[in-house]
Amino acid sequence: MSNNIKINVCMGTGGIAAGGDEVMAAFDLELRKAGLEADVEKHCAVHRVGCRGFCARDVLVDVSVDDVRTTYQYIKADMVPRLVEEHIIGGVPVEDWVVGQDYHDFHDRQEKVVLADCGQIDPEDIQAYLDVDGYKGIVKALSEMSPAEVIECVKASGLKGRGGAGFPTGMKWQFCAANKSDRKYVICNADEGDPGAFMDRSVIEGNPHAVIEGMSIAAYAIGAAEGYVYIRAEYPLAVERLHKALSQARAHGFLGKAIHGTSFDFDIKVKLGAGAFVCGEETALIASIEGQRGMPRAKPPFPAAKGLWGKPTVINNVETLANLPFILRKGAEWFASLGSETSKGTKVFALTGKICNTGLIEVPMGIPLKEIIYDIGGGIEGDRLFKAVQTGGPSGGCIPVEHIDLPVDYENLLKVGSMMGSGGMVVLDENDCMVNISKFFLEFTQSESCGKCTPCRIGTKRLLEVLTRITEGKGKKTDIDLLLDMANDIKDTSLCGLGMSAPNPVLSTIKYFRHEYEAHINDKRCPAAVCRSLLTFTVIENLCKGCGMCLRACPAGAITGEKKKPHYIDTSLCVKCGACFDVCKFKSVIKE
Amino acid sequence: MIDLTIDGRDISVPEGTTVLDAARLLNLDIPTLCHDPRLKPYGGCRLCIVELEGVPRPVTACTTPVAGGMVVTTESEQLYRLRRTVIEFLLSDHPNDCMVCQRAGDCTLQELAYFYGLRDNRFWGERRRYDKEDANPFIKREMEKCILCAKCVRVCGEVQAVGAIDLAYRGFNAKVCPPYEKDLDCEFCGQCVAVCPTGALTGKVWEAQGRQKDVKYTETVCPYCGCGCNITLHSVRNRVIRVSSRENTLNEGWLCSKGRFGFEFINKPDRLRTPLIRRRKDGPLEPASWDEALGLISSRFEGIKKEHGPDALGGLSSARCTNEENYAFQKFFRTVIGTNNIDHCARY
Repeated sequence: MSNNIKINVCMGTGGIAAGGDEVMAAFDLELRKAGLEADVEKHCAVHRVGCRGFCARDVLVDVSVDDVRTTYQYIKADMVPRLVEEHIIGGVPVEDWVVGQDYHDFHDRQEKVVLADCGQIDPEDIQAYLDVDGYKGIVKALSEMSPAEVIECVKASGLKGRGGAGFPTGMKWQFCAANKSDRKYVICNADEGDPGAFMDRSVIEGNPHAVIEGMSIAAYAIGAAEGYVYIRAEYPLAVERLHKALSQARAHGFLGKAIHGTSFDFDIKVKLGAGAFVCGEETALIASIEGQRGMPRAKPPFPAAKGLWGKPTVINNVETLANLPFILRKGAEWFASLGSETSKGTKVFALTGKICNTGLIEVPMGIPLKEIIYDIGGGIEGDRLFKAVQTGGPSGGCIPVEHIDLPVDYENLLKVGSMMGSGGMVVLDENDCMVNISKFFLEFTQSESCGKCTPCRIGTKRLLEVLTRITEGKGKKTDIDLLLDMANDIKDTSLCGLGMSAPNPVLSTIKYFRHEYEAHINDKRCPAAVCRSLLTFTVIENLCKGCGMCLRACPAGAITGEKKKPHYIDTSLCVKCGACFDVCKFKSVIKE
Repeated sequence: MIDLTIDGRDISVPEGTTVLDAARLLNLDIPTLCHDPRLKPYGGCRLCIVELEGVPRPVTACTTPVAGGMVVTTESEQLYRLRRTVIEFLLSDHPNDCMVCQRAGDCTLQELAYFYGLRDNRFWGERRRYDKEDANPFIKREMEKCILCAKCVRVCGEVQAVGAIDLAYRGFNAKVCPPYEKDLDCEFCGQCVAVCPTGALTGKVWEAQGRQKDVKYTETVCPYCGCGCNITLHSVRNRVIRVSSRENTLNEGWLCSKGRFGFEFINKPDRLRTPLIRRRKDGPLEPASWDEALGLISSRFEGIKKEHGPDALGGLSSARCTNEENYAFQKFFRTVIGTNNIDHCARY
């Protein structure tokens, strides 16, 4: 029996949801029963449904015996006794539960910087971060570099803001550093609001000290002594770990007065967001910290000149900040060697939708879309046809199959009518209706508009109304032109990024899938058979066994038929709820 | 000074001037709904968009400070189209009941709809329905007509420092209201009514009292206190129906609740129009001429002073008088009557 055993249990939001707590407790109990001295250590998880990005396989458990690591998937508490008995005591891994080749494919094709330590170190222990060279970046900056040299280093790295717009980080700092003021602020924007995006939460849950170190580096560069993390209140685990990390950083002298024996003072406060999507916009975020209603204001002045409390302020996204310790430690050249010609480094994406390997991934900028979807994502579920990928969250656009070879970076995404956004990637297949998708995103943006400016407040509502009537079969011949007119005018006249980008899903789906709009409007038909009002449910006589399931499920009494004889749907009574389709075991009900 | 070009004309303005202010110096007419020179720039209505050379998107003139060498275009086909779309959006969520609206003829939104020729609307859709009657005594709030320019919110906070109202809810449902949508319960200065560009906020006192075309305007000074705010009386058929104040006055158009809403006494039948004298003990007060009244006062003053000395008399003055009147009053008592028994509701 080996005496060097290490067990890592996924304990992110996803790991906990899948039973991580129970698994940890079971290991504790079993090991104590067996009288073993093992280090049962919490393991950083990357997001809600799992750790290391591969959410669906939770609870993931690493068992390392003499540095030989075996990873298990789908572990439940009742499986732990066998693991302890066979693998830890017996020394033979339980092959049935070991992860397969697809798990390794998912990881091996990624390039991890920001996520490198997530899932590897204990996020609640500063020592674990220090063991992987944590806080060496800020120490290097403080002891070897002037603030101007730090800014030069970040500029040379080519790092661009990971929150959406992709503004060069070093340049933003330089503007702020140039503004003289008695006070300056650094704000970490952790108000991650895109539906389906969980990059920032995972980074804070998995490696909060990297974000704190990144903020310290930014503060040193611009001359700030105070920082704020503006984080969603809906991220309780991330908030808890952040608070723990902050107090540990203070205790270790990485925050507070005279850091590392220099004259640099810096501390961080946490401000919880109350759930408004628009507060991710920097001026709205500042208003919210100040206690005002979260509404954007016109720029200029930019926050770098007049930000929080009217003082020069740098606002960076979580992922941007988490890159900084690595850039300082490994150098600008190293970072600039990653990625594409114009976009440097890596990008974390939340890969969701109709894809086999749902999860959180980090890839070098410029990687072809195809590699993300097929090599890392494992392709489309059920081998259906890929239709499009929606990037950039609700304000992004849909990229169709003809651009599947597109190298993914800021510039190329813009070129095809989408955007990087914060890194959401929703994969759509042939069963998705593009009009409906566009309506879905508009529902989100219009309800999250703050209401300050006219085009966003009323315009997005009108866009949604037209999209709704098209999906209900009430579209007019002129509606596509009307949508285009409205969308372009809203883009041109809105105050902030929310309104400017809200029409993107409409514009990109009309650009690439105009035929679907035309089918809805002209033929009153939904090609993907999604929009219920346009569907007709019919029974195929020779497949129907007359079991009566559909007849009993129909809430409208639209189905008639004798036992063991083909049934019939009266379309004039049918309310198109789809209950018959769902219950039929013989696939004899079709919708079209 | 900053040199820039607006619509091909050169202008030099102090640093910090906005493009809108610079354009107005050139008498260029840029439409706005949410701008008020007395309030901080807001940039909400998006009507004042202009084009800047080298900038891909239009910017709002009200929020953009001038910069050296800036080349501004305030009128173009594209700008006309965008402004028209914005107005059309506003009208698609508006009751469009100008025929019964108090503000007809005095409404910026109506004006814009007229000049942009917006009879039909491409965007008709759901409209906000607010039927709540605010029970406050002064201000009629018809929030369906509100275009969310937030001038009322800003004047209440920035100028009056009261903060009785703010924006609530999000997006299409955003609305201006007092906390918890209760009835308005503030000091009723009515500055919000004064800045509202539509019929959303009007005075209950002047509701249905007269149409704009029939209103006669009389410039005068408020009689309520010595501040001397300039006011404009709105009268219809020789009845004062409303009081307002112009922006280019010493009080910059701001009034208090008395000045703005306290004018109904003018038309009241029981208002004093002549001096009254009680000619016999326990008899009624009877109308008299000024000469008779002043003669009586002067003879009684003389009699009392002769019989009981000047300190038997005292004078009490009012804050509604001007400083000059109050000065003359105390002078009269001290020198003519010969007493220091003189006071004033706000102390001399």
